Amino acid sequence: MPADPVSSLPSLSTRRLWYLRGVRAAFSIPGLILASAFIGFAGLAKEAGLTLAQTVFMVGMVWALPAKVVLIGAILSGASLPAAAFAVALSSIRLTPMVVALVPELRGPKTPRWVLYFLSHFVAVTSWVLAMERLRGIPRELRTSYYAGLGSTLVLFNMLVTAVVYLVADSLPPAVSAALFLLTPMYFLTSLWGSARERAGHVAMVLGLILGPLLHLVVPGFDLLGAGLIGGGAAFACHRLSRRKAPA
Amino acid sequence: MTFDAIDAWWWPFLFILVGGWLATDAWRFLGVYLGDRLSEDSDLLVLVRALATALVAAVIGNLIVFPSGALVDTALALRIGAAGGGFAAYLLLGRKILVGIVAAEFILLVGLWIK
Repeated sequence: MPADPVSSLPSLSTRRLWYLRGVRAAFSIPGLILASAFIGFAGLAKEAGLTLAQTVFMVGMVWALPAKVVLIGAILSGASLPAAAFAVALSSIRLTPMVVALVPELRGPKTPRWVLYFLSHFVAVTSWVLAMERLRGIPRELRTSYYAGLGSTLVLFNMLVTAVVYLVADSLPPAVSAALFLLTPMYFLTSLWGSARERAGHVAMVLGLILGPLLHLVVPGFDLLGAGLIGGGAAFACHRLSRRKAPA
Repeated sequence: MTFDAIDAWWWPFLFILVGGWLATDAWRFLGVYLGDRLSEDSDLLVLVRALATALVAAVIGNLIVFPSGALVDTALALRIGAAGGGFAAYLLLGRKILVGIVAAEFILLVGLWIK
């Protein structure tokens, strides 16, 4: 087919240029903070008795950090595979709305579906926040190249970080080790607050923070689901009420 | 069917694949599928986001209150103080993630040093 002069596809070298710009975007402050959270994760996985290969495999295949932390928690508590998958699936529902929000930004006029499905694997808090912030300033037909560079670099670099930390974790003094374990919750605490789109998100977060540990004491095993349903439902109810009161 | 149930090299990997990869990428793929069918500010999405946010927040709360690894040996009050102080620093000092993390780690390490 002859090339359409108006909407011709970008050349391979243009794509490579934008891919590399995406790679560079991975080495930013949010990217480095994410790497620090993976330092904490490597310690967590080792503590749970996972081998180096299993830990690095988990980073590459699951990628989203909350899902991995939940999976490790399930392994630690001796959960069966269906129970573990269910808990991980619950903790990852948020990926759907994130991807829903990203796809219209990411998609070019001729982007094949399989490219979007492939790229969606890289969606987790950090790459999503970076993409939502920067994709707008990138030519539409090159956004998939940029995000491929950003996402793949974040995944591969953090697989490396996890492997290195796993190997040296035992030789760390306890205070440093404790500080590393605090990195993951602190990273989530701040980034989750920052990524909330509406006030309901903040209400849901505060309720979840309180309900999680509370329900863990009262109904262990149902704590995450319960906190999600009660906290999220209450936050949504507040959202509806405040909207009804607001003038149209 | 636990992580240690079957004594074969491939079992933990299959466990991670089904319990981790399938359970996360299924949602990502659903997101692509729904991507151009749902409006970003529809109330259904607000509800889904609120449920998901509360759930992840519960994970965070449990990591702080019922920690694992080296944090087990620290006092609950110190962990909550460090997380709370770090979060307050994040809110008050320009909402920088790095500021929140550094403040929390500082409080934790000072607390461990005093003890």
